Amino acid sequence: MALPFAPFAPFVRARSAAQEEALRPGLAVCGPGVRESAEQQQLRSFAPARMNASPHSPELEALRLSLEVAVRSVGFSLPLAVLAAWVLTRARFPGRLLLDAFVHLPLVLPPVAVGYVLLLLFGARGPLGAWLRTQFGVQLAFTTAGAALATAVMTFPLMVRAIRLSLENVDRGLEDAARTLGAAPLDRFVSITLPLMLPGILAGAVTAFAAGLGEFGAVITFASNVPGVTRTLPLALYTAMQSPGGDALALRLALLSFALGLLGLLAAEFLVRRVRRYLGG
Amino acid sequence: MKQLGAFRLDATLTAPTPGVIALFGRSGSGKSTLTNVIAGLLAPDSGAVSLDGEVLTDVSRGMAVPVEQRRIGYVFQDARLFPHLSVAANLRYGERRRRSAPTLIAFDEVVALLGLARVLEQKPRQLSGGERQRVSLGRALLSQPRLLLLDEPLASLDVARREEVLPYLVALRERLSIPMVYVSHQFDEVLRLATHLVLLEGGRVLAEGAVEEMSLYPELQSVIGPDLAGAVIEGLVIRVNPDTGSAELAVGTGTLQVSLRDVRVGARVRLQLLARDVILATQPVQGVSVRNALASTVIAISDDDFGAVLVRVDVGGAIVLARISHDARRALRLRPGDAVWTLVKAVSTRGHAFTLTSGR
Repeated sequence: MALPFAPFAPFVRARSAAQEEALRPGLAVCGPGVRESAEQQQLRSFAPARMNASPHSPELEALRLSLEVAVRSVGFSLPLAVLAAWVLTRARFPGRLLLDAFVHLPLVLPPVAVGYVLLLLFGARGPLGAWLRTQFGVQLAFTTAGAALATAVMTFPLMVRAIRLSLENVDRGLEDAARTLGAAPLDRFVSITLPLMLPGILAGAVTAFAAGLGEFGAVITFASNVPGVTRTLPLALYTAMQSPGGDALALRLALLSFALGLLGLLAAEFLVRRVRRYLGG
Repeated sequence: MKQLGAFRLDATLTAPTPGVIALFGRSGSGKSTLTNVIAGLLAPDSGAVSLDGEVLTDVSRGMAVPVEQRRIGYVFQDARLFPHLSVAANLRYGERRRRSAPTLIAFDEVVALLGLARVLEQKPRQLSGGERQRVSLGRALLSQPRLLLLDEPLASLDVARREEVLPYLVALRERLSIPMVYVSHQFDEVLRLATHLVLLEGGRVLAEGAVEEMSLYPELQSVIGPDLAGAVIEGLVIRVNPDTGSAELAVGTGTLQVSLRDVRVGARVRLQLLARDVILATQPVQGVSVRNALASTVIAISDDDFGAVLVRVDVGGAIVLARISHDARRALRLRPGDAVWTLVKAVSTRGHAFTLTSGR
């Protein structure tokens, strides 16, 4: 596993042994099973006796992390999703179908596979991961940012679909009208097309946000299950289910997830209606 | 020249500016295609477009000025107001992007001229169809265009709504020196607005010229049909009788009494004498209700496409068309050069007379 990335070894060696351990892709792919001892350590913090006393109850921490991961993932993928939707709707080039399929791939792939690919690319010894670290000192694998990246990739197709649908509904005649009034291409996009796409952008963002709160497979594979760092709601729920005496916590976490999901979908609908009315639809 | 599927537009067109040029023809005759080529929204396969001597499109040299740099205003049939912007913001859209264009008309003047003060804060969806077109017109004007294209701006409006727009267009023609190209298939709109008429049929220019001249053109009559065919003449109001709602016009060397309200002495009026309403007599008539009996000379007689005869008569320098039956022609033994009396009812011009310039 580590052999192909041997060229990067000298750099990696500079890190502490513990970090080195945590960054090895092979470990994370094997998942929670290999990291038994660490898991058990975490489980202690779920002990009922400490739950109410701690200012950071596992529910709140998982909720906060889930929200943070979802917000960052939406923030990261939204501009790209608008670009992708625009390219897929408006541009005509060979290979458009292939790009279309590629964008939608996370919908049909096992999330674990997506996480694994991310790990190969963005892991400490992956080509992109090593570059990011040497150039910017950024590490993605096993970090909250990494969880956000995995979530972004998984929710990307949802977002692109919603945005694309709204872009297809934008009347090109309005853009022509803007042209005759002296608006250059970028100006037209910003002043006409983008505002008219707003319902789709909002719907896409909120749906992706709600879905991102619950992304499991890709996150646990790429970012692992580190409490306080990448243990989001679904990961905490899974961990609680695996631990003896964690049933009550698991139920609370599950209910929290339900409530959040419902809230997200309702918020999406409400926002889209408001914006539609503002746009005169 | 533009090939669109099986449709081919082949138009060579030189139009004088300023003035209102009507592109007239049946649906599918190429009117909208031609306006889109002028605006730059459609690229022709060959040919050139120039405006006031500046080349905008020249296919042979591979050049085309981008739409947004042409300074050609466009009023679309469906208004195309930006739904997310208020009326005021729609109006300002073009004004803010006019670059170095000189100011021909200011915001406040457009609002006053088009009666938009009441709706400035509204969104397009709150407006009536007529108001929408007025906003669209104002928006195009505020971009300070060198040429204004109007592509059937009234076609999607019912008769009442059309009256919410037409008078404003007439007022604009009087106030502004911006040349306009007005696309229409309604002859009464052309009559009210245009100074120049281009007749399109199957993607070709059949004929072009001043509206008066074109009204005598047989192909125009086949487009507008027998009931709307008739000579268009211009007259100067020399007397007004407000009590009876009639006015006397100097036409050619004679005078014509017509039903016409709300005009002033000195106004120039354009009216269409429908060919089917004009009566010819070979002797002076007495004791009839017809208000106008004008001494005239037959110029030409031809069969029209609708089973009748079209007689062209010279009335003191103005040319008038009369549609009569074959039987009538035979009974009167009409021949070119004959002296006849042309009878025109004063009320027959009602709805067919329009003020060109209001006088004073």
